[in-house]
Amino acid sequence: MGAGHHHRLHLSGDSLVHRLPPQCKLAAVVCFALVVVATPREWFGLFAGYGALLAAVAVIARIPPGFLLRRMAVEVPFVVFAVALPFVGSGERTPFLGLSLSVAGLWAAWNILVKATLGVLASVLLAATTEPRMILLGAQRLRLPSLLVQIAMFMLRYLDVILAEMRRMRVARESRGFAARDVRHIPVIARSAGALFIRSYERGERVHLAMLSRGYTGSMPVLADPSASSRQWLAAGMLPGVALVALLGVWGLA
Amino acid sequence: MHVPDGFFTPAVSLSAGVVAAAGVAVALRGARRELDDRTAPMAGLVAAFVFAVQMLNFPVAAGTSGHLLGGALAAILVGPYTAVLCIAVVLLVQGFFFADGGLTALGVNITLMGIVSVLVAWGVFRLITRSARGRGAVVAASFAAALLSVPATALTFTLLFWLGGTAPVSVGTVAAAMGGVHTLIGIGEGLITAVTVSTVLAVRPDLVYGARGLAAPLVLRGPGGEEREAGAAGDAGDAGDTVAVPAQATSRRRLGWFAPAAIALTAVLAGGVSFYASASPDGLERVAEDKGFADRATDHALGDQPLADYGEQGGLPVGVAGLIGAGVTLAVGGGLFAAVRRRTREGVAA
Amino acid sequence: MSAGTGAGTGTVPSLEVSRLAYAYPDGTQALFGVDLRLERGERVALLGPNGAGKTTLVMHLNGILTAGHGTVTVAGLPVGRDSLMEIRRRVGLVFQDPDDQLFMPTVREDVAFGPANMGVRGAELERRVVTALERVGMLQTADRPPHHLSFGQRRRVAVATVLAMEPEILVLDEPSSNLDPASRRELAEILRGLDVTVLMVTHDLPYALELCERSLILSGGVIVADGPTREILADPELLAAHRLELPYGFAIPGGAGAGRAGAGGAGDM
Ligand SMILES: Nc1ncnc2c1ncn2[C@@H]1O[C@H](COP(=O)(O)OP(=O)(O)O)[C@@H](O)[C@H]1O
Ligand SMILES: [Mg+2]
Repeated sequence: MGAGHHHRLHLSGDSLVHRLPPQCKLAAVVCFALVVVATPREWFGLFAGYGALLAAVAVIARIPPGFLLRRMAVEVPFVVFAVALPFVGSGERTPFLGLSLSVAGLWAAWNILVKATLGVLASVLLAATTEPRMILLGAQRLRLPSLLVQIAMFMLRYLDVILAEMRRMRVARESRGFAARDVRHIPVIARSAGALFIRSYERGERVHLAMLSRGYTGSMPVLADPSASSRQWLAAGMLPGVALVALLGVWGLA
Repeated sequence: MHVPDGFFTPAVSLSAGVVAAAGVAVALRGARRELDDRTAPMAGLVAAFVFAVQMLNFPVAAGTSGHLLGGALAAILVGPYTAVLCIAVVLLVQGFFFADGGLTALGVNITLMGIVSVLVAWGVFRLITRSARGRGAVVAASFAAALLSVPATALTFTLLFWLGGTAPVSVGTVAAAMGGVHTLIGIGEGLITAVTVSTVLAVRPDLVYGARGLAAPLVLRGPGGEEREAGAAGDAGDAGDTVAVPAQATSRRRLGWFAPAAIALTAVLAGGVSFYASASPDGLERVAEDKGFADRATDHALGDQPLADYGEQGGLPVGVAGLIGAGVTLAVGGGLFAAVRRRTREGVAA
Repeated sequence: MSAGTGAGTGTVPSLEVSRLAYAYPDGTQALFGVDLRLERGERVALLGPNGAGKTTLVMHLNGILTAGHGTVTVAGLPVGRDSLMEIRRRVGLVFQDPDDQLFMPTVREDVAFGPANMGVRGAELERRVVTALERVGMLQTADRPPHHLSFGQRRRVAVATVLAMEPEILVLDEPSSNLDPASRRELAEILRGLDVTVLMVTHDLPYALELCERSLILSGGVIVADGPTREILADPELLAAHRLELPYGFAIPGGAGAGRAGAGGAGDM
């Protein structure tokens, strides 16, 4: 089954970051996000440092900045929300360019923006340097319950099918003069959703039967075993490690 | 509704993380019974479908983004346990592959969209289908379940926001915005869920967990074309497969009620404990007052600890309280689950 | 009643199906008590119109569908929940649509999937992959993604994915459908070169005649005819009653011997 949509997430390459075993990268990204979130919002310098760390990873992995920016788009709803906060926030207010802004709102906006941005960047870098099925393999290695890994695997496979079917059905609808504009069109969308579901399921079901008939019992046979050496763990650990040391250092000084 | 990193205080994120982990653990145990090797791809499909459905996004003024949740659809198609797993997988994939929803907010996201929405939806669904039978009832119940699950989830979000949102917006504003928009979204969700369930029910009724019934007996044809029912005396074949289904279904149904109740209690307890730990005298107005950075800048270094974001309440750092709360939650939830399992097993055996 | 060639009656049959009935979960009953028996090394065609239940029957042979009633036995081992892994090793199923069968990123990984599930690893796995691909003449495509191959090539790779599991029985669901004449002939040569029991589902009657000495007709969910392919194809009433047709202008080659069909039949020993 096509892997078109995976390519939009993943940028194949052969950098140090690409070659790291997936479980190391997964763990590193989660730990990094934890360190970021645990950082008090008024320690501006640290956030700049975290940003620089991610930039360094991006440079090593040779991920073009344009790609990162495009993938940052998921953050937009929160940017909108954050921009609104200084206006709708309550409490003490401060004048700024003739506007009266809530101080607490400004802080909250900054807090959400900076932490969400760093978190999103870290995940985007992970997805860009790791094939989806390798991420799943990494999750398996990190002892994520196999049932979850299996569901995720099928989900990624079906996602292609569903998105392709969705596009086809939308084209079919629109070529007959239908465009979803408001609530009155929900029933039409809903009916196609049902058809979409059945179509996708039956396609995937046949593939699954073929897998079963070749002895599949719920987990992909691991051919290329991505076991990690301690040096690789060390390399991956640099990202959260440096961030944590910086955080603790600043804390000690404070 | 995907909460990003930094949106909730670490205490709330952590407590929600523990609730989510407990919920997923319970769901993993329960799902073993709902899933066989054939329904695993079904769960994957439901997850993919929910993912696709969640891509229809509506901006919500003072909340975050609003979109269809898919919890009700998942619960009705694959059963409540598997549904929790499906949504958890969707959120994990969104977080790790698509950077949608913060990694440290996974607990909050799974608790809200996975556990709460599935729980409410399945509760409503069972309530209706218990009193009314037939295909129409299943479809109507799907609509009601989806319709109610969305605002319920939005309200839980508001509750969490009240407990530990980092944004200084009054809870009233958030409640109004989230509640209002999500009631509308609920209608859309109800329609899509009901129509999807009814389509699947018409073409592949075997795929709808919430509508499992009896299979008709098999017919054997002789060489001359004469027919008789299978399973009659003298047949060597085993008809055990079809007979076993209804028995399994009843035991599932019993458990189906206990486990969501257990998760619900866990969630309520978690909410309650965290709340008592973090409630300041002026409860609702806490966010508005938000002493915030001015105090903290001069505070003792420990006061700036990530897990002590609010300073102290009655001598107990809130972060620690949150941890204790989460621990209690886990213990109570686990104990309850064990008790429920034992009782159910006895009930089935009896 | 079996018109099976060769094999002695005392030995365990390669495949035995008795009183098999099955209804799909939506209530459609597809099989109504199927009985059949294949001896070791036989090559048998399963003929039948669309909707006769051929694919449904095939799905029972390696336990993908579980019998609602009746039994399936493979070389003495009944198909059941605890014997599934062994059954799937013994019975290789080639699906009707190769796109359903090929799902890994490269041909090599796809062919390795089955034996790897059986626990084969390392050099032995590589040997199986290479042997299977060589047998279908597709070794040069090993590192290409399956969806970049032509339809005929994909069908051959699909056969290789099953051969790599070294099955005792090879079951093919409509192997000649959608193939151009050259691919059809190449596939026939591959099948004729194998020394395993073959059950070939088809409504391509000349293909059945070319490859199989014995044929069964499945219609309405039961076996309605069983005999030498030549005799079955020579009975126009029987064929018409079950919506089977020889292509226009096709005449059964006369003369003694079994034409090309008999060559290499392992059932003779
Ligand atoms: N998944 C399914 N659900 C319900 N009915 C099915 C399904 N697959 C096949 N059938 C029905 O079972 C019967 C036999 O189908 P099949 O075995 O595919 O026939 P054949 O392969 O001989 O063309 C047909 O009536 C078909 O409609
Ligand atoms: Mg068929």
